[in-house]
Amino acid sequence: MGYEKLINCMRCGMCLPHCPTYKETFLETASPRGRVALVRKFQEGDLEGSERFLDYLSLCLDCQACASACPCGVNAGELVAEFKCEKKDRDGLSFMEELVLHWLLPHPDRLEAAAYPLKLYQRSGLQKVVRKLGLLKMFPPRLSRMEGLLPHLPAQPLRRTLQEVTPAQGEERGTVGFFLGCVMSLVFSEASFATVQLLSALGYRVITPKAQKCCGAPNMLASDRAGMEEMARFNVELFSSYDLDFIVTDCGGCGAELKKYGHHLEDDGQAAVFSAKVRDISQVLVEGAALLGQRLRPLPYRVTYHDPCHIAHCQGIRNEPRQLLRMVPGLDYRELDDADACCGSAGTYNIERPEMADRVLLRKIDTIRKTGADYLVTSNPGCLLQLKQALAKTEPQVRVIHLTELLQASING
Amino acid sequence: MEQSFVNDLQKIVGEQFTLSDKESLAVYGYDSTPELESLPGAVVLPGTTGEVARVMSLCHGAGICVTPRGSGTNLSGGSLSAGGVVLQTSRMNRIMEIDEENLTATVETGVITSALHRDVEARGLFYPPDPGSMNISTMGGNVAENSGGLRGLKYGVTSDYVMGLTTILPNGELLKTGGKAVKNVAGYNLNDLLVSSEGTLGIFTGVMVRLIPKPQAKKTMLVHFPELEQAALTVSHIIAARIIPATLEFLDKVTIRCVEDYAKVGLPLDVEAVLLIEVDGHPAMVQDDAAAIRAICEKHRCSFFQTAATADEALKLATARRVALSALARVKPTTILEDATVPRSCIAPMVKLIQETARKYDLTIGTFGHAGDGNLHPTCLTDERDKDEISRAHQAFAEIFDAAIAMGGTITGEHGVGLAKKKYLPKLVGETGIRVMRNIKGAFDPKGILNPGKII
Ligand SMILES: Cc1cc2nc3c(=O)[nH]c(=O)nc-3n(C[C@H](O)[C@H](O)[C@H](O)COP(=O)(O)OP(=O)(O)OC[C@H]3O[C@@H](n4cnc5c(N)ncnc54)[C@H](O)[C@@H]3O)c2cc1C
Ligand code: SF4
Ligand code: SF4
Repeated sequence: MGYEKLINCMRCGMCLPHCPTYKETFLETASPRGRVALVRKFQEGDLEGSERFLDYLSLCLDCQACASACPCGVNAGELVAEFKCEKKDRDGLSFMEELVLHWLLPHPDRLEAAAYPLKLYQRSGLQKVVRKLGLLKMFPPRLSRMEGLLPHLPAQPLRRTLQEVTPAQGEERGTVGFFLGCVMSLVFSEASFATVQLLSALGYRVITPKAQKCCGAPNMLASDRAGMEEMARFNVELFSSYDLDFIVTDCGGCGAELKKYGHHLEDDGQAAVFSAKVRDISQVLVEGAALLGQRLRPLPYRVTYHDPCHIAHCQGIRNEPRQLLRMVPGLDYRELDDADACCGSAGTYNIERPEMADRVLLRKIDTIRKTGADYLVTSNPGCLLQLKQALAKTEPQVRVIHLTELLQASING
Repeated sequence: MEQSFVNDLQKIVGEQFTLSDKESLAVYGYDSTPELESLPGAVVLPGTTGEVARVMSLCHGAGICVTPRGSGTNLSGGSLSAGGVVLQTSRMNRIMEIDEENLTATVETGVITSALHRDVEARGLFYPPDPGSMNISTMGGNVAENSGGLRGLKYGVTSDYVMGLTTILPNGELLKTGGKAVKNVAGYNLNDLLVSSEGTLGIFTGVMVRLIPKPQAKKTMLVHFPELEQAALTVSHIIAARIIPATLEFLDKVTIRCVEDYAKVGLPLDVEAVLLIEVDGHPAMVQDDAAAIRAICEKHRCSFFQTAATADEALKLATARRVALSALARVKPTTILEDATVPRSCIAPMVKLIQETARKYDLTIGTFGHAGDGNLHPTCLTDERDKDEISRAHQAFAEIFDAAIAMGGTITGEHGVGLAKKKYLPKLVGETGIRVMRNIKGAFDPKGILNPGKII
């Protein structure tokens, strides 16, 4: 890792009030400034990578709120992630990681097949029985947490049902490639279907290459750089074979990763071209705002918006989603306090560090309650999963939906 | 530090809030001061005044040094400890009372400055001190450093607002000073003595501050000047015209270039100085003041003058000043931010001198700051790995401080002395000054265990 990046931190502390784990603990070891210092001291040989050392680092959510706040352009979250990657390169992947990251994720068919038993588990009523009887208490805590996060799965993943080419409605403005995220396709297929419909309604011909693979973000989370690079090369080559104006995604996590392909694959000129074409769906919709505005019909909802870290901090997109929501007639938009604070989902963090994840989540829920909104809009599957589940428990009146679903609902009237 | 002593600390504040592992000590070995580091022996995060008192008397008994710490954002090494106990106040973060009749707020000292702003402003009240670090600095740190901010020219600094303090003395005793009475001349003014004591006389656990009504209106202006002297004269002439802007901020040429490189806000590269001016108060007065300021700026040959029409536009105009530090900090890995301060009338000669000194020592120094009160931030952009350049930077700053003293100014306008400026203090206050300070320190802390080695 570049030592330069570490010494750029001038220890000003401007990142501290934005870091979810610092806000909870007030500990310097749980702050971005402290994390940069820990990694730096490791590199300088003052600290060794003890278990406690790694434990401190792994409390980081990689939400990158610190990067948005840092005057010096330091990104503590990314530095920690890179550090973990380098360590992983030396230590190797565990069997489970190997299985999921190299055998399952690169192959959508296998992934969908693996999801099938889960669906059966829900459809057969077994899930209800298990939950009612409190059987989960018999499982190890990690497993029961995962079970708790399981959303209701749609009958068919969108990848299976969507046409490769969706024609433009009305006059054609251009052609976009749709990058369909794994979780969006498997779990939030309705939202991604809405995304495609909106694009088509705005005059875009939408191409969804069926062979596309996972964006590679889960690999990075597990510090598996090689796995990520393999997916990146495949996706770059696949999308480059079409003549596209943009590559659109409605998954914040995928968007952030796809925009970094150019940086990850420095030797590959096509990757830079690919990344430059990547747009979050909100960016594309804002460009077609005039046309979209004519189609929107009143929705009498009280709505608030949660900024996913991967959209606000990693991609710097804050205005577009709000601008789109404000366009919907009759909609009562209410700004959320600390809207861009992490919800605690953060990839697999929720499962790895449940205690901290819950504390971070609780803060989010409190701010949502305060708005009095009956719809929470966001646009990242991790946030959708986490907030849906949590709000269903404590604030059942609040519905959680993806930005494109809300816009499509407004068009449908 | 001996494990048995750490155990005793744990008994007072709890295991979770007592840190003595290698990793924790390593990250409490710094604050925002460049280059300085020293490892403490333990860190505690007490939750109440009572716990602070017990920690203090334990340490007093054992002869172990204690250093208070808020968020560790000071720029003078004040919160560093060599082998002693660092006592972090962050958990004591309750806003106890906002008294709308007496216009006071009483808070625990771990409260973040901007959290107090938010709470009082929601009630139409105003706590003016706004250091650049206000989103993270603690009220305790602000009091201990007597912090100032962008609004200092019109509204003064922290000491102008402190009405009362709850302090734990080095032997663990509790001292209450001041109170809600606006007038108070009973005995020595201990409040004022404690403000800016940089954690060397006592540990503040509570502070009561004065509030004022929130100004009704505000106007923001951005002005460019092709000549440095004319910008400086403008500052003096605005004040001479009996107008006291809330904010009167200055950026020099180097800073302007860095800001433009970084944020592309549309600043022309051929101007020598930019002023950001804000007036606030009654709407009619704000209108008049803004018009008068415009006339003064034009008389001094400004090349551009813009008044913000909306709050959004005001934010935009203020961008250049807001991002000044970021823009400078990104140029090189190491940023040394100083706060040499001169009488207002000496701004132009001081900025000139800084620029010449930078040239002489072949350094990049950008200067920005609170022109209204002569508080400048010459900021040296360097690389800690380049030992030669770092030593030239130290020489340059020594000359800049000497010049500030010669002009009737001071070595630090707001960052405090701590460790970083200790060696310059005798030049400023003389032998007698140092002796009186030593005696004061001795009266509060005869054993010398509270934040030793700082200031004097
Ligand atoms: C980017 C940046 C911008 C800044 N801008 C400004 C500015 O505009 N104006 C300005 O004045 N300063 C500024 N500062 C300096 C610094 O933020 C202030 O001095 C601030 O008040 C420190 O608060 P803190 O909570 O971080 O205190 P710390 O840094 O933790 O401590 C500062 C000193 O106070 C003592 N102390 C802390 N808490 C207590 C307590 N409860 N009782 C007794 N002693 C205590 C410590 O021992 C130490 O000596 C800036 C710093 C940075 C990094
Ligand atoms: S990471 Fe950035 S914001 Fe945080 S202390 Fe370092 S320089 Fe300051
Ligand atoms: S990425 Fe998030 S959790 Fe990690 S240091 Fe930055 S702000 Fe804190």
